[in-house]
Amino acid sequence: MDCREDPGNNKGRPMSDHDHEHDHDHGSELSEMQLRVRALETVLTEKGYVDPAALDLIIEAYETKIGPHNGARVVAKAWSDPAFRQALLDDATKAVAGLGLVSRVGDHLIAVENTPQRHNMIVCTLCSCYPWEVLGLPPVWYKSAPYRSRAVSDPRGVLADFGVTLPANTEIRVWDSTAETRFIVLPMRPAGTEGWSEERLAALVTRDAMIGTGLARDPKEAAS
Amino acid sequence: MNGVHDMGGMHGFGKVEPEPDEPVFHAPWEARVIALQRSMVYTGEWNIDMSRSAQEGLPPHVYLGVSYYKRWALGMERNLLSRGLVSEDELAAGRALHPPKAVKRKLTAADISPVLSRGRYGRPAAAPARFKIGDRVRTRNIHPHTHTRLPRYVRGHAGTIERIQGCHVFPDSVVVGKGENPQWLYTVVFSGPDLWGPESDPTLRVSIEAFEPYLEPV
Repeated sequence: MDCREDPGNNKGRPMSDHDHEHDHDHGSELSEMQLRVRALETVLTEKGYVDPAALDLIIEAYETKIGPHNGARVVAKAWSDPAFRQALLDDATKAVAGLGLVSRVGDHLIAVENTPQRHNMIVCTLCSCYPWEVLGLPPVWYKSAPYRSRAVSDPRGVLADFGVTLPANTEIRVWDSTAETRFIVLPMRPAGTEGWSEERLAALVTRDAMIGTGLARDPKEAAS
Repeated sequence: MNGVHDMGGMHGFGKVEPEPDEPVFHAPWEARVIALQRSMVYTGEWNIDMSRSAQEGLPPHVYLGVSYYKRWALGMERNLLSRGLVSEDELAAGRALHPPKAVKRKLTAADISPVLSRGRYGRPAAAPARFKIGDRVRTRNIHPHTHTRLPRYVRGHAGTIERIQGCHVFPDSVVVGKGENPQWLYTVVFSGPDLWGPESDPTLRVSIEAFEPYLEPV
């Protein structure tokens, strides 16, 4: 496989993003796609199927309103409030809806809790299913072939790619999102955060911790 | 279909390499693609299963060789063309050349909230669930040429019903024009060594969300 990158037109794309490699040039895909999508949007607009102003608002929402900051607040509340934690594990759709963070929480949102005995990881081997309402749009690596292929067969190897090592006797539980159910991981609360406000706790909750490819940040590292 | 999209357990794709401080979109056209896709699904001309099916129907080298949002764009073009919503000459010209097809509804800037949350796929049950929590089940050894949500890596394996998720639209029916045909959905958990053999991490357990027709009792 060809892993060429065009640094001028494809800033920050990881080399391992195999969705993006092979024998075409990335710069040409960029300009080709700018033209192709512009043409598509013009046709659909002229046909009266789409409203460009609505497209702008959708994009703005994905860029500003819908993101992992929502999930971080859910986790911080679960760490702080035992009744909320239980409600979240019982019915995450209902519990998250009660916080009013997003306009409507999708049905069948499921929170799965990490413990010293069990570490959860979320994947969609067939496409890119992801809990948008609490985590936003998925990162490129989540949709990439390396993650989709290995998360179910070699999750500890995947964790190593993220610099995470778990005890050998911790059970690894992988949830493959093969239907319209969606999962969010409730990570373990870091030690040394006793008495912290929900706001401070939320700053420790990374997107990857809520996918299960990371852990919540160490408060000592977060302070530095 | 047994396509390259069904990646669980495949080898050779290399390491996962996260991108630090990744932006939501890497180019403006990616954002337009997802907004167009959300708007077109809102018209009711196709649903999420048909979007997935259209992408899976791309030639394997195309599926693997293009970026994520380009794949969405190509899948959307397939769905637009196959439903007569646009024609090839219009896509080539970049402008409308023929009268539009009537669609049920159109998303406008006045209210975009319907497309900012996930669609609802739960449906009333026509019959009681066949399985209960704790039941041992085996996934059927099926290889449909059309869209399915039963990944290859679990087919023919025994697992345990862990959760019952209610009754849901059945993707395998929707994509072949047989309607929603709602089916019970279960979380079925498998042991790593059962799926991957003696080399597997002994602590690994993997679950899928399995529709009832994918399962038979052990």
